[in-house]
Amino acid sequence: MSDRTQPTIYPETQFYWEGAKQGKLLLNACTPCGNKPFFPPRPFCPHCGSREVTVMQASGRGALHSFVISHLPAPGYEPPFTVAVVMLEEGVKMLTNIMNCPPDPDHLELDMPLELTFETRGDLKIPQFQPAKGGAA
Amino acid sequence: MSKAAIAIVGAAETTRMGKVPELSQTGLHADAALNAMAECGLTPADIDGIATAGHDAAEIAQYLGITPTWLDSTSVGGCSFILHVRHAAAAIATGLCKTVLITHGESGRSNNRAHRPLFPSMQQQEFESIYGPLFPPARFTLPVMRKMKDDGLTIEQLAMVAVVQREWAAFHPRATSHDPLTLDDVLSSKMIAWPFTKLMCCLVSDGGGALILTSAERAKDFPTKPVYLRGMGGESCEGPMISQMEDFTTSKAFRVSGKAAFESAGILHSDVDHLMLYDAFAHLPVYGLEDLGFVGKGEGGAFIAEGRTRPGAELPLNTNGGGLSYMHSGMYGMFALQEGVRQMRGTSPAQVKDAKLSVVHGVGGMFSGAATAVLTSEDQW
Repeated sequence: MSDRTQPTIYPETQFYWEGAKQGKLLLNACTPCGNKPFFPPRPFCPHCGSREVTVMQASGRGALHSFVISHLPAPGYEPPFTVAVVMLEEGVKMLTNIMNCPPDPDHLELDMPLELTFETRGDLKIPQFQPAKGGAA
Repeated sequence: MSKAAIAIVGAAETTRMGKVPELSQTGLHADAALNAMAECGLTPADIDGIATAGHDAAEIAQYLGITPTWLDSTSVGGCSFILHVRHAAAAIATGLCKTVLITHGESGRSNNRAHRPLFPSMQQQEFESIYGPLFPPARFTLPVMRKMKDDGLTIEQLAMVAVVQREWAAFHPRATSHDPLTLDDVLSSKMIAWPFTKLMCCLVSDGGGALILTSAERAKDFPTKPVYLRGMGGESCEGPMISQMEDFTTSKAFRVSGKAAFESAGILHSDVDHLMLYDAFAHLPVYGLEDLGFVGKGEGGAFIAEGRTRPGAELPLNTNGGGLSYMHSGMYGMFALQEGVRQMRGTSPAQVKDAKLSVVHGVGGMFSGAATAVLTSEDQW
């Protein structure tokens, strides 16, 4: 697991990774756009260009938007493994693996509810998702 | 009546393709460039504009002994050469240069090169690569499950893209793969990134190509049959983070680029005799057909699976066999252009009878960039 690639963190995204260390998935949101969240983080809104952005904590609930099961190598991963896109309840998409779930299409149904978890990687926590416990998100 | 303003007067691929371990990537650029200059009777001294992607245009200029007054190193993935055609047309039309050489060379298989062609994206590395989709087959394919659920695209339809394109490749002696494929061959080939099997993924090749453009007026003095640009083409981008595509069932970059190209050319879909849609993976012709408006949304997969793009059918598509069967160096857009030019010259081994209008559309990166060119054999319309 520790062989997995560490993200290169830049000044604008420091808060995101600091939040993850505390078990929070933090998003930027645009004030003039009615606190509309966006991803990945940046200190301005990609919809209207405003610099009036805040940091909000995502609920951690989402749904499986799309995925592939990769049979190709990646450092620290044992193929096959699932590469997925989660649609967060807040309306933004992000990449994830599907933790605690076999890389098998029979266990992966589009729009199934997912919940936030974290993977420890070195001194970082990587936001990850797993099938939601108890069904509906 | 409109008259053509810009023409392609030179077009050639590298002498050999597939495995070319004896040449460096720079050498592949040069081999293609020398072939293109030779066929239209030019030397490096005649070239005053140069464009390339995935490689420094200045290095190619120096290597070939060219002193340009116009350079373009726009590098947004494999469609970059289609953007270069558009940019070169604008440069010639505004007098920035007279004769433009666009080169592509890529040692995709032998790896005789200093770096990979695509710029790394900082945000892609920070928020996507860390989850393991390091190679295109596990990243470019990510939207497809969504499209299958929302638009009814099936795995069999995707597999048929490879089957039909192999029928076209069979005409081409230079294609890497000629042997007929069955649906079962494609579905049962090695799993690469479920649901994509190996035969739904492009080849990995060495090779290159080059184009020479000048004004339509000068084109008549060349020994080659001119291929004219109809309108100015189109280009756009959505960006390198595939997770941030606005809608996984349609490419915004394709739609914007295609619309611009069709409007600029003043053509209808029914005017198009021949179509090239860059196919790094089997889903791209499906998105291309829909996003350029040849079929309605959700109809692309069935259109191909029903055989409507195969030899002899209504819309000849990827008539060289595409990246799936012809070759795929990594930045395949140059090869889509080369086949478009051959078709308009009437010299393709898979020649579409009486074809007068070809649309060449490419993707850059993984649904990141897009560009569209409209080629024609006619000097006025």
